[in-house]
Amino acid sequence: MAYRYDYEVITQWIEPGEKVLDLGCGDGSLLRHLIEVRQVQGYGIENDPDKLVTCIESGVNVLQMDLEKGLAGLEDGFFDHVIMSLSLQAIHNTQGILAEMLRVGREAVVSFPNFAYWRHRQAILNGRMPVSENLPHQWFNTPNVRFFTIADFDALCELNGIAVHERLAFDEGKLVLDEPNFLASVAVYRLGRRA
Amino acid sequence: MIQPQSVGAVVAQRAHFTEPLALKSGGTLPEYELVYETYGTLNAARSNAVLVCHALSGSHHVAGYYADEPDNIGWWDNLVGPGKPLDTHRFFVVGVNNLGGCHGSTGPKSANPATGRRWGADFPFVTVEDWVTAQARLADRLGIERFAAVVGGSLGGMQALAWSLHYPKRIGHAIAIAAAPRLTAQNIAFNEVARQAILTDPDFHGGHFYEHGVVPARGLKLARMLGHITYLSDDSMAEKFGRSLRHGRAVYSYDVEFEIESYLRYQGDKFAAHFDANTYLLTTKALDYFDPAFEYGGNLAAAFARATADFLIVSFTTDWRFAPARSREMVNALLHNQRNVSYAEIDCAAGHDSFLLDETHYHAVLRGYFNRMGV
Repeated sequence: MAYRYDYEVITQWIEPGEKVLDLGCGDGSLLRHLIEVRQVQGYGIENDPDKLVTCIESGVNVLQMDLEKGLAGLEDGFFDHVIMSLSLQAIHNTQGILAEMLRVGREAVVSFPNFAYWRHRQAILNGRMPVSENLPHQWFNTPNVRFFTIADFDALCELNGIAVHERLAFDEGKLVLDEPNFLASVAVYRLGRRA
Repeated sequence: MIQPQSVGAVVAQRAHFTEPLALKSGGTLPEYELVYETYGTLNAARSNAVLVCHALSGSHHVAGYYADEPDNIGWWDNLVGPGKPLDTHRFFVVGVNNLGGCHGSTGPKSANPATGRRWGADFPFVTVEDWVTAQARLADRLGIERFAAVVGGSLGGMQALAWSLHYPKRIGHAIAIAAAPRLTAQNIAFNEVARQAILTDPDFHGGHFYEHGVVPARGLKLARMLGHITYLSDDSMAEKFGRSLRHGRAVYSYDVEFEIESYLRYQGDKFAAHFDANTYLLTTKALDYFDPAFEYGGNLAAAFARATADFLIVSFTTDWRFAPARSREMVNALLHNQRNVSYAEIDCAAGHDSFLLDETHYHAVLRGYFNRMGV
């Protein structure tokens, strides 16, 4: 399993035995990790046939669904945590999926690459679209469809009445406390419905 | 990887049961026979058995061929065999012809011990639950306390669901492919038209046509033609047949002109030549009656509360008979109960019949699931 430091943050926020839904679960590695260390009842959602098969082969519960169509059929408030790890930028229906995550989950956990990371800014200043550890694709083949920053996401949460319970920002695995929108390459949020 | 192979020549076996079987319809079968086939070897722990349930027209002949009929290949031969997704190197696979069938198990063609005549239309109504009970008795006979998995497509998938509900301790995994938790009014409507085609055939004779030396072949043919339309998708029909004309142009006749007409007539004739009309009637009714949520006020999640198996649910994008939405109903009900469940929605153009094909993604899902399964 490739080490993903956002997994460690996410794991800290999950209590043992929780019901967890992982959107865009890929090969199921986060869920396997959470099952191992938190004994969660976990389900992944994945629409890529090959990744789906990888999950099935590894014994991870996985449901083939198109996230662009939301989470129709899943019950309100059923999951303790609904996670989307480094996938939000690859979905068109940003507001829709955030609303759905907070509909079916008590809390949502979202991580995404920060487009305003200083190296990305530097790339743009140099006239080129950024390519980095967290934005590894070229502009012409990226699966990402939404490019946004920590500041943008904060504003969206404010606009949509989403409560930010916690936000951690990282620069290649190291916690960033100051100027995260400039110094952090990835942010991980714990979100809830505003009371 | 070893090249997948056929299980080779197989021999059907028979099991006779003298303990009466009380049926859901209220009737009783005083005694009965089940014809079945097995592939692979039951391990010492008796933990590697997989039951394959058949749909409307299937049988116990799931894989392999008969030595004297090399062209009579099992209906799910692409799935079951050495090196195939349901690998007979690992699993002991059981196929059984359901009660009321016409491939050797006790059914309307069999003699009614009370009268000495063939049962015909007097054969009692059998349900999915009755089939599962009979299958469980066969499992007892074979020394199988618990199936590693029960798998089926369409009506076979419903039997897998019924297993998970009626014998939760006797099944590790339920695999329901192209299935539905209950039929819709539209599904029942198609079945009813098919039944009316048979029931109104002058050769039906109230179901006792055997004594008249005839079969209601016209009705059965129509029923099958209608069924076939629902098994295929608009796209697959368009691709296979389109508007192709046998003579290249309209000849203004009711004989076969469009290739789709030729196909449906061929399928209908082929089916009517070997399938029993009473079995067709009984089986479509078993489909119609299947509704595990009924006794829970229609609440499928409540019905699944007693299930303990792990589930794999598979649907096909172009299946309009049992559309993906029907499979998602099951997935949601299983999620509600926090069952382990995976769901694959296979992009395949062939409609309901996709479950019989070896589409790459579909078979990769099944192979992955079976490989992962502990025995």
